[in-house]
Amino acid sequence: METGKTDVLYGLYDDEEILLKAVKKAGEEHLDIMDVYTPFPVHGLDPLLGLSESRLHISGFVYGAIGLLTAFSFMTWVFTRDWPIIFGGKPYFSAPAFIPITFEVTVLFAAVGMVVTFYIICGLGPGVINQVLDERITDDKFCIAFDTNGADDNKVDELKGFFTSTGASEVNTKTI
Amino acid sequence: MSAHVSSIRDPLIVGGKTYKQITEDICTPTERTPSAAWVLAFIVSVMGLGLYVFCLGWTVWVGIGSWDLNRTIGWGWDITNFVWWVGIGHAGTLISAILLLFRQKWRTGVNRAAEAMTIFAVVCAGQFPLIHMGRLWLGFFIFPYPNTRGPLWVNFNSPLLWDVFAISTYFTVSLLFWYTGLVPDFATVRDRAKGLRKRLYNFLAFGWTGAAKHWQRWESLSLILAGLATPLVLSVHTIVSFDFATSVIPGWHTTIFPPYFVAGAIFSGFAMVQTLMILTRKILNLKEYITLAHIESMNKVILVTGTIVGVAYLTELFIAWYSGYIYEQYAFYNRVLGPYWWSYVGMMTCNVISPQIFWVKKYRRSIMVTFVMSIFVNIGMWFERFVIIATTLARDYLPSSWSYYTPTWVEIGLFIGTMGLFFTLYLIFCRVAPVIAIAEVKSILKSSGDQYSGAHAHHHDHEEVEQAAKEEKKEQ
Repeated sequence: METGKTDVLYGLYDDEEILLKAVKKAGEEHLDIMDVYTPFPVHGLDPLLGLSESRLHISGFVYGAIGLLTAFSFMTWVFTRDWPIIFGGKPYFSAPAFIPITFEVTVLFAAVGMVVTFYIICGLGPGVINQVLDERITDDKFCIAFDTNGADDNKVDELKGFFTSTGASEVNTKTI
Repeated sequence: MSAHVSSIRDPLIVGGKTYKQITEDICTPTERTPSAAWVLAFIVSVMGLGLYVFCLGWTVWVGIGSWDLNRTIGWGWDITNFVWWVGIGHAGTLISAILLLFRQKWRTGVNRAAEAMTIFAVVCAGQFPLIHMGRLWLGFFIFPYPNTRGPLWVNFNSPLLWDVFAISTYFTVSLLFWYTGLVPDFATVRDRAKGLRKRLYNFLAFGWTGAAKHWQRWESLSLILAGLATPLVLSVHTIVSFDFATSVIPGWHTTIFPPYFVAGAIFSGFAMVQTLMILTRKILNLKEYITLAHIESMNKVILVTGTIVGVAYLTELFIAWYSGYIYEQYAFYNRVLGPYWWSYVGMMTCNVISPQIFWVKKYRRSIMVTFVMSIFVNIGMWFERFVIIATTLARDYLPSSWSYYTPTWVEIGLFIGTMGLFFTLYLIFCRVAPVIAIAEVKSILKSSGDQYSGAHAHHHDHEEVEQAAKEEKKEQ
């Protein structure tokens, strides 16, 4: 999140289908959307906004791999190097018996790592307070926001015209 | 959005809801003054919690000798309760993770509460292995930490240690999954709140705004966590069953235990979800979101898993006979006809015979039958664990050490006490968090709302929908 204030012009829509059409039209008119806010994940929105697929799953794989190696190599080190003990006549390096813990630690690392990454890259977390554009966005309004910092009146009028023509139920400005 | 849904499927949201109404209906219970029913239930639960604390204190002060365990029977109600509670937890993960992967839309009505149930059940379960060590303050010995005794490490080859890792991973992952799902809904509550409540939910909502990229990542995260939680939940009860299956005790040393324990876990978990959902939908007035279609789906799962468990019981008996191994044969003879025959009868009646009632559609859709059955199943599953643990230990290889075990008031108090703990946590959850995943329910409205799908579906026009809903009410 950038510091400093931003002037935002935003329009609220009553339905996700109207929103999708509006976002599509904005793309056709080459309007630079700052962000779209919705009360629930709207499918079909990402390609229209040109958002590339999330790479979170790659991070999950990496964390999982780290967990796997950590658990397996740690148990191997403990039972072959640090303090070898014979349990039930089995070899020191009894790999099959290491599998359950290796699996659990893999899952633990992948899940915790991914969740932490998610909150960090989204700029969310305990104590974070982001100013919301409109309190109804988490309820039943679908919002398209434009950054109007330093925009001249013509540009603002053009954007307002866009909102009216695409069926926005409300158009407001806010500095966040 | 509005994917095609067969018209023979029951709608999952009834009452011709709009997005606004969904927010309103689900948030209201967290905003109004608690009802008398809630207050009463809370008082009873806190008393149960008090009993738990008292019995825990007694166990720690007097020592584990205040239980009636003996040299022969080293595991009694403690481990029975542990396995029972862990099993209950499994349904929440099944609903939220496995049904997400299978794209089952009915999960959205119940996943939030079921997952809360998972977390609270695992909290209750985790108490017992710790308490049964006797010296609670040395509980951290179970973790491999650098120590001054060598360092002397824990035994990574022991199923009991696998259990430590399984349960703690399961708890952590469930908590993260649940809370990440809650964040957007906390934001909804935040944006409706004023004053002190606003500050509280501002904190809980983690600054959620609903930006498109955040939603995209959120969905991606949910899907991968579901993918991780699915093998995890299967591994947890598998590992719990290893506690028994890797031992050399006849009746425990069986390869059927992992699938049988997992099926039993899902079975008892769904029963507990039914108990909670039937009460929750009534008390919080959420019948339009947790519909008969939801209850029927869950009853089908109960029927299937109950029957799997039944097949497992019979397989055990058959294999004991077929093995030709007299110790195994005796273990199962003793299980059915030995001193604990009554617990075997309880198990068979509640787990295998009674769920067969759900072959009949009328009973699957009956609230009363479902509620009674959900209690039956939980009693039956508790008996199952008791049967496995106590009957097996009571008759070991040496007839001279054969014994019988009955719990003391401390053990009974601890069990009832964990129910107090469980319901206290659940009731607090009902007050603080939206018990239904608001955002997820909204996302299925256009495909599963009764104005869009099912027999009474109308055009995508709100006025007509409202009109239809009014007419329907008049007809009723």
